[in-house]
Amino acid sequence: MKTFNNSNGAQSESKLVKYLLIFTAISFLSIMLLIPLITIFAEAFRKGVEAYFLAFSDEYVLQAIKLTVITALIAVPLNLVFGVCASWAIAKYSFFGKSFLITLIDLPFAVSPVISGFVYVLLFGAQGWFGSWLIENDVQIIFAVPGIVLATIFVTFPFVARELIPLMQEQGNDEEQAALLLGASGLQTFFKVTLPNIKWGLLYGVILCNARAMGEFGAVSVVSGHIQGVTNTMPLQVEILYNEYNFVAAFAVSTLLAILALLTLVLKYILEWKVRRQLQKLKEEE
Amino acid sequence: MNIEVKNLTKYFGNFTALENINLEIIPGELLALLGPSGSGKTTLLRMIAGLEVLDTNDKGEILFNNENVADKPIGDRDIGFVFQHYALFKHMTVFENIAFGLNVKNKKERPSKSEIEQKVNRLLKLIQLDGFASRFPWQLSGGQRQRVALARALAVEPKVLLLDEPFGALDAKVRTDLRRWLKELQSEIGITTILVTHDQEEALEVANRIVVINKGKVEQIGTPEEVFHHPKNEFVISFLGNVNLFHERNENSEQKYHIRPHELEIVSSNDSDIISKAQIKYIQLAGSQVKIDLEDLSNNKTILVEISHHEFKYKNINIGDIVGITPRALRTFENGAGI
Repeated sequence: MKTFNNSNGAQSESKLVKYLLIFTAISFLSIMLLIPLITIFAEAFRKGVEAYFLAFSDEYVLQAIKLTVITALIAVPLNLVFGVCASWAIAKYSFFGKSFLITLIDLPFAVSPVISGFVYVLLFGAQGWFGSWLIENDVQIIFAVPGIVLATIFVTFPFVARELIPLMQEQGNDEEQAALLLGASGLQTFFKVTLPNIKWGLLYGVILCNARAMGEFGAVSVVSGHIQGVTNTMPLQVEILYNEYNFVAAFAVSTLLAILALLTLVLKYILEWKVRRQLQKLKEEE
Repeated sequence: MNIEVKNLTKYFGNFTALENINLEIIPGELLALLGPSGSGKTTLLRMIAGLEVLDTNDKGEILFNNENVADKPIGDRDIGFVFQHYALFKHMTVFENIAFGLNVKNKKERPSKSEIEQKVNRLLKLIQLDGFASRFPWQLSGGQRQRVALARALAVEPKVLLLDEPFGALDAKVRTDLRRWLKELQSEIGITTILVTHDQEEALEVANRIVVINKGKVEQIGTPEEVFHHPKNEFVISFLGNVNLFHERNENSEQKYHIRPHELEIVSSNDSDIISKAQIKYIQLAGSQVKIDLEDLSNNKTILVEISHHEFKYKNINIGDIVGITPRALRTFENGAGI
């Protein structure tokens, strides 16, 4: 698409407005986002590189990092499978209750994360619906790792599906039908035809999902119980360190999350470009 | 392969897509399913392929060599299918696209790598695209893509070829070239082929037999000559080209006549056997025939007449002339009285 620059009077008069808007946007972003980001690194290194690395020798910090990685390793693949199934169902079939399913997928975006966590406490906590059954059978979900994983899955499940649905809808199912008619099995069709067509969109969704899974605070905070070295994830550990006035360590752990965020942004940028190019090609072909 | 469709009725919800279809496809022929959009022709094709299945409310059978294929997976039906929008695998090269059906075969049936390569190269030559093996679909024109789709379908040596509006997305010139090429190719390989189209010209040109479908029902089955010159009803005659409608009123009855533009003659308005007097409104000389639009003086309706350039030259016809119209043949679908 081309945009036309016209250079008549009306346009040049609004130049002032243009620069004012750009200036406002940049200064706002700098104050609200860029300066805090720099602060994280400045605070983390305030007492030198040694103090920074010392923070990571703390056992609780290491446990928190480990738990965060484990949670992401469980939640992300599950949401990947769920996301692909849901988008496949929505994009390629028509069925009763489809729009309800689409709305349901968006639910975690609409609900406050704290409420999401709380729902699990009400379901699986000692006083919850399944509480007595769980206690009888000696299964602990709330204030334990399973609760953290469940809350994380809940909060992150829209990411993959939301990314794939428009892509799969655009592609239709002619290619899959062609593959099946040529004698390919269902699995062959998925791995040789469907997956290559959605891979960039899928990766994009997975990266966003991962970033959120590792950084989630609210929902996890409610179900975790904050047991250091057992049920604390990185964001929760940052809060504890901060409350203990251990600023260097708090910011040091924060730098990991900040780096994760920056990496996510870079990958997001590259993948967004790839997905856009793919969609464009699809449109050109028509 | 001998394909038979028996008493087939298909519903989509409350909509009757196909109603009591009976059809037999003769081995080796090119059969065209011709009808307007929404007539059910594509549904019929997709049901033969197995892309649409018989639901519990639907009735009828589809037989391949006298065997009911209702429960046969679509991959086992020995069908080559070509889609209107090609449906080529975008991330694969032309070579990989054509080889796909061979590569997904299980180990016992799969040809060796060199056999696959030979076969793909042979097909590339057949579709006149040798040298394009390593291109991607987006690097090809529409006509080239459709030929690749055809080669991909032929690679697994299907017993029947199903084409769903294969030229629908192409330019007029490419379309005519490609359908001639397809006709030659089909009679050369001798593969039973079913072609879905809404373009009567296409059906008349390539098919051995035409099935005219409207609103889910078969209106007529016959050779191109039969359906064009001996249409069974009003729908068939009006769908297969322009037609003029004349009413003949007697004391207590009315007779309708359907006459094609080339079946009318322009004569002097004083002739005794004319069926109407008309004024010449428009003459189109470009084209293989001269097309003349006239206005019927009795009811102001437009009459279309086509005559040869040769005839036009010695008749001295000009815009504004009042002339008489006389039919070379009379055709009516009422009272069983045909031509």
